[in-house]
Amino acid sequence: MSGRLLEISGLKVHFRTDDGMVRAVDGVDIGVDGGETVCVVGESGCGKTVTAKTVLKLIDMPPGKIVAGSILWQGRDLVPLPPVAMRAIRSKEIGFIFQEPMTSLNPVYTVGDQIAETVRQHEGMSRRAAMDRAAEMLSLVNIPNASRRVHDYPHQFSGGMRQRVMIAMALSCNPKMVIADEPTTALDVTIQAQILDLLNEMKQRLGMAVLLITHAMGVVAETAQRVIVMYAGKVVEEATVHELFARPMHPYTQGLIRSIPRLDLAATEHRRLEAIPGTVPSLLNPPVGCRFAARCRHATAECSAAEPPLREAVPGHKVACIHAEAIAA
Amino acid sequence: MAGSIPASATASAPARPRIGPWEEAWRRFRKHRLAVVSAAVLLMLILAVLVGPFIWRVPIDEIDFTARLQGPSWDHPLGTDDLGQDLLARILYGGRISLAVGFTAMLVAVFLGTFVGAVAGMAGGKLDAALMWLTDLFLSLPQLPLLLLIIYLFRDSLKDVVGPEMGVFILIVAVIGLFNWMPVARLVRAQFFSLREKEFVEAARALGASRLRLVMRHILPNALGPVIVAATIDVAAAIIAESTLSFLGLGFPPDIPTWGRLLFDAKDNLDFAPHWALFPGLAIFLTVVSINFVGDGLRDALDPRRVK
Repeated sequence: MSGRLLEISGLKVHFRTDDGMVRAVDGVDIGVDGGETVCVVGESGCGKTVTAKTVLKLIDMPPGKIVAGSILWQGRDLVPLPPVAMRAIRSKEIGFIFQEPMTSLNPVYTVGDQIAETVRQHEGMSRRAAMDRAAEMLSLVNIPNASRRVHDYPHQFSGGMRQRVMIAMALSCNPKMVIADEPTTALDVTIQAQILDLLNEMKQRLGMAVLLITHAMGVVAETAQRVIVMYAGKVVEEATVHELFARPMHPYTQGLIRSIPRLDLAATEHRRLEAIPGTVPSLLNPPVGCRFAARCRHATAECSAAEPPLREAVPGHKVACIHAEAIAA
Repeated sequence: MAGSIPASATASAPARPRIGPWEEAWRRFRKHRLAVVSAAVLLMLILAVLVGPFIWRVPIDEIDFTARLQGPSWDHPLGTDDLGQDLLARILYGGRISLAVGFTAMLVAVFLGTFVGAVAGMAGGKLDAALMWLTDLFLSLPQLPLLLLIIYLFRDSLKDVVGPEMGVFILIVAVIGLFNWMPVARLVRAQFFSLREKEFVEAARALGASRLRLVMRHILPNALGPVIVAATIDVAAAIIAESTLSFLGLGFPPDIPTWGRLLFDAKDNLDFAPHWALFPGLAIFLTVVSINFVGDGLRDALDPRRVK
């Protein structure tokens, strides 16, 4: 629970394509403290996954490029770090959990082999000890018969079980932080809840920080302490989870919250689910001014004139909207 | 029948043996009857040339003018040639060379092809373009004339260095390998292109694996299936190539009776001693056909999409 672990500031990641530069991440600030869970929400293509992958420099460079900004990990900037030093950080200090448990495990090795491989790489353990650690990790993530199942191949596990294996793998070197990129998206609802519970439990038990990338507000409400809302490559709002759900200040966040299906209201009123009209603007040449203006019902001429800065509207609650106070009231 | 669940089906299968990808492939291979028969034939041929000369102890170069050009008999099961030399002994001994050439040339081709394909597939961009250009160049060369030319040019100088038998062996293996790596390179490159985008490769990268480790442990083993299939076909191609070279008189010298050489020697006597050409030809035919069927079976067994 101590101090800043990760401090991303002014991060810009651009991709060179045949049509021009795609500004996938265009000035993002994210901070994560030790032992904290921070959620990054936003719809598909808003740059949240690119941001997450950039922390470990997992994006393909080229075509990707970190144009500006710094990624401070415990005070050290990761942006200029050479690949060898980067490898030592991956999974040893920052673990990464992927979205697709069905395809993220190598089909030709047993799961035990794969966990052991990571452990041996980073901690220089013997084969024996690494396999023991693998079994230990599997039982930690509640896989029954762990000592027997380490010798099973990925195809012998179900989707939820494979995600547990992925989590075990990401945690096997005791990282101080885990980045989970939509870890529950590919799973069905009951399993989603189990995996989120498991992540919370692991976090508590191992005292690590979690940076959770998701597009589901339900997941945010269930796990996060602090929430960062991204839209079109930028952070539009940042607040604690209670504050954000109680008083969303950015029209986009309000739209996101309103678009959650609610069973309690549906029973009494006959109403349609509210959706945000329009689509995400092209990141090839984003509009001038507020990027959400075209879809925003509160938009005025001022909104399209200049880009609204991310400002602290209320202590601990940042928002990038010039009408925030009026809208929230 | 709805509602009736047979008790035996649900009664727990106790401790099902672990099925890895290789066990699974073996299970599927066994279903391909022709491939299993071919594998047995091939194994028998290999065994025959390996231990045969120790059992059938007739010397390959014992000249007996009283028994020239004889058909099969008890003394000479496969007959004799124009010097009265025993053909069974010669075929058994020559088979060693023919098979050794086939397998070694295949290894050369597979290693070279895998290396070129892996480098091209990993690097992409200009290096990939250059390597593929080289591959296309080799594919468009007229092979046989070039083979003949290279052997004609280098045979004598290599013979002086490492002796006639070894010299020709090295030369033929190198030349055949050098002209057969292209399909493997293309195959491996294509595999690499699709595999390096796979999530598990990215996951391994996220866990801190180095580039070399990604290639050796995560990409290459997954690309191996098609390479193994291509390798079997390469063995057959190499055996045929060696036979062709020997038949044209540019392979091994007459005192080393490879199967192709035997055919070459037999060609002038086809009218009155057909057995002389028949048996070496049959040996080549059996080997090549069975290798191709084994390759067929392997292709079915190693293709994960064919779930049966």
